[in-house]
Amino acid sequence: MPKGKRPLSPHLQVYRPQLTMILSIFHRITGVALFAGLALLVYWLLAAGAGPGPFAVAQGLLGSWLGMVVLLGFSFALFYHLCNGVRHLVWDAGWGFELPQVYASGWAVVVVSILLTGAAWAFGLTVMGGGS
Amino acid sequence: MVEFTLPKNSRVVKGKHFAAPEGAGNVKTFKVYRWDPDKGDNPRLDSFDLDLDDCGAMVLDALIKVKDETDPTLTFRRSCREGVCGSCAMNIDGINTLACIQRIDEIKGEVKVYPLPHMEVVKDLVPDLNGAYAQYASIEPWLQTETSAPDGHERLQSPEERERLDGMWECILCFCCSTACPSYWWNGDRFLGPAILLQAYRWIADSRDESTNKRLAALEDPFRLYRCHTILNCTNTCPKGLNPAKAIAEIKKLISTRR
Repeated sequence: MPKGKRPLSPHLQVYRPQLTMILSIFHRITGVALFAGLALLVYWLLAAGAGPGPFAVAQGLLGSWLGMVVLLGFSFALFYHLCNGVRHLVWDAGWGFELPQVYASGWAVVVVSILLTGAAWAFGLTVMGGGS
Repeated sequence: MVEFTLPKNSRVVKGKHFAAPEGAGNVKTFKVYRWDPDKGDNPRLDSFDLDLDDCGAMVLDALIKVKDETDPTLTFRRSCREGVCGSCAMNIDGINTLACIQRIDEIKGEVKVYPLPHMEVVKDLVPDLNGAYAQYASIEPWLQTETSAPDGHERLQSPEERERLDGMWECILCFCCSTACPSYWWNGDRFLGPAILLQAYRWIADSRDESTNKRLAALEDPFRLYRCHTILNCTNTCPKGLNPAKAIAEIKKLISTRR
């Protein structure tokens, strides 16, 4: 039997999604999103440096509903990556590997990053006046 | 390499259906991955309707019943039927476990049975484990010493030193963990995977072993050890309740703090 003809058994197609693997791939996705968000931040700063005209354009873009959705995603990516990064640091120190701890810290990361995102936006929209 | 879809020759097609005998009351459907190396066909998913009132409690009992009564060509590994040999490791209802200790009544709806994920299939539910065994050999899984043996007795361990091996000697090398690991799926040719790394740590943690430095040096490699991204599917699926992720973290800690 030539080895090359053997099929590869199904993997992603059949494996039941686990919190462990979902949070892990989400960590990588948010990491990539942060890179894109950083480019956006650089554009905003460059626009601010280029003068009132370009800055007004940038403000208009980011202040549109689409811009706000992108910023919401960027801020959530930031807080998720931060919280889950702390979780990884704790693991690197050798702690938190029992399964109940893994699930508790995983759900905590999800909840805390949502709360932090909400708090940041509440602060931005009320105290700082919504960027208008 | 990351490939989310299956190669053309590996796509699973619809298979045959075997109905339950007349008058069966408590029927459950088992969908089982089949591949026959003697034909050029793609793998298929056969469905067997079994009468649970006339079947043992575990998934392995159902597979044996199918082999005995319906299709003698159904091929799978099994031996001890009590979770100590590791032969009947497979993907059942979406997660890797041992068919002999997975209760049928814990599974809702149809019972889907596939071979261990992302492995070459020899036949039906039998994956090719040669690569995994070669990786096991590569960590030299035996006691290595430089000092001469003590006179008149074995190399002794204190109870505490012996205790450090608990949670590792119980591993039965079923490879449920390694084949649950996405990192092992994509880089299984070079990443050792959780099962083998747990075994590597079993010898590193052994107070009698004198090759610790050599063992750590051999593991300090971007692929062999560091393809572990702490995904933790391994610990999540181990049918023996062991913790490969913790063992890997201990290896990483030892490497970063040595010299």
